[in-house]
Amino acid sequence: MSRIYDWFRDRFDLDAVAAFAKKKEVPLYRGTFLYYLGGICLFLFGLQVLTGILLLLYYQPGENTAYESMKTIISRVEFGWLIRDIHGWSANLLIFFAFLHMFSVFFGRAYRKPRELTWMTGFILLALAMGFGFTGYLLPWNELAYFATRVGTNIPGSVPVVGGALLKLLRAGDEVTGATLTRFYGIHVSVLPALFAGVLGLHLLLIQVLGMSVPPSQERLPPEERRSIRFFPNFFLRDVMVWLVILNVIAVLAVFFPWELGAKADPLAPAPAGIRPEWYFMFTFQTLKLLPAHILGVEGEVLGILGFGLGGLIWFCIPFIDRWEGSHKVSRAINVFGVVVVVYMIVMTIWGYLA
Amino acid sequence: MGTQPRSQERRNFLNIVLGSGAVVWLGSLVYPVLRYLVPPATAATDVNSVRVATVDELRPGEYRIFRFGRLPGILFRMEDGTLHALSARCTHLDCTVQFDEEKQQIWCACHGGVYDVNGRNIAGPPPRPLERYEVVLKGKDVFVRRGETA
Repeated sequence: MSRIYDWFRDRFDLDAVAAFAKKKEVPLYRGTFLYYLGGICLFLFGLQVLTGILLLLYYQPGENTAYESMKTIISRVEFGWLIRDIHGWSANLLIFFAFLHMFSVFFGRAYRKPRELTWMTGFILLALAMGFGFTGYLLPWNELAYFATRVGTNIPGSVPVVGGALLKLLRAGDEVTGATLTRFYGIHVSVLPALFAGVLGLHLLLIQVLGMSVPPSQERLPPEERRSIRFFPNFFLRDVMVWLVILNVIAVLAVFFPWELGAKADPLAPAPAGIRPEWYFMFTFQTLKLLPAHILGVEGEVLGILGFGLGGLIWFCIPFIDRWEGSHKVSRAINVFGVVVVVYMIVMTIWGYLA
Repeated sequence: MGTQPRSQERRNFLNIVLGSGAVVWLGSLVYPVLRYLVPPATAATDVNSVRVATVDELRPGEYRIFRFGRLPGILFRMEDGTLHALSARCTHLDCTVQFDEEKQQIWCACHGGVYDVNGRNIAGPPPRPLERYEVVLKGKDVFVRRGETA
């Protein structure tokens, strides 16, 4: 073992890596548990890659094969149901924990200088994860997926000027067809993973370079009152324990709450009653449902979509908006904005499910 | 420009020439890829006319779902015997609508849009009426053609 280590040490500066790992620390205070959230997302992403690769071994994209191959996976391939359910559940939990991670960073104001790019890469990762969710949703080629994709691709399609071209590009034509499925499949298994891996690498690198952020309340403490623990092995082992718990939770969910395959997509059938998107698109869905046909002469859906776009842009640029150090008014306004966003999302989501 | 030495001028000139060359070169790489991403037109989207039924098959007050290109349409025979046909594509966000016989309304399950039997948007988020097809009778055959909007 030590000979292998020495072989590598002769060629690379391993001591520097070891020294860095030794030096890396995690702040210890009431909110330390929040530092698990990013790691949980990382673990769930790993699980996605692993189960995704396994599903690739049997899945066959195509209008006449996708649904049938999914059926084979969950009913004939040994443990196929388990792999598929773990893929589905860990995808949902990944989005859930990414949201938690994002809001904890937001309210802890960890996006401030020098971590603006860490925030922005994190935002891009969440957007990519939602892209994974949206493209992956179509792959079983069932009724829900079909209509979710028709609505979902129509949304960028109603953006002024570029909408038409965007819609055609996403659908690979004017309608959602087998060609759309092929395109979504390609995006889901090659384009998004490549982008995600790159941005994730940058996100993790930035965290290593800049260290872990502490909220302003901790920053104000004199250095001798601040406490921390070593990342290796202390915090890392706790990370692994949390991952183990999550894995068990997913196993239980997969066994007791399996994902239904539903009916095969039929372009001639009407949208079934009670159709709705994944929970993380529910607040946008409910908003679009509530908006009237026209607002000030503009189509309601166009205004809604532009509104969400603008909201996302503001959220993305938060580090540059919250830059007046020590200004009590600004930080209060940012906090209120964050609370309004969270409350809006929760209320609309619940409303969407009750409606 | 006059105050710059000649070598600097030459350098600027070369930068512009090489820079525009590089832009053109990049463009020639990106252009085929962008064109490749645009799907070719398919025959299915070009359907303009379809035979739906014969007049005798539909009694007054009845309707029929038919295939128009890749998507469904609805043909109604009203109580007074007239025929009209609508696209089943919701004008809100592109779901497929259905006919609610009890309420005699067209309804979209996705976001709750409601149209009357003539395709006019009467409740919920749809911004426009359903697309109206032209109904043409050739002998006893009912043909539906892409036409004006209601």
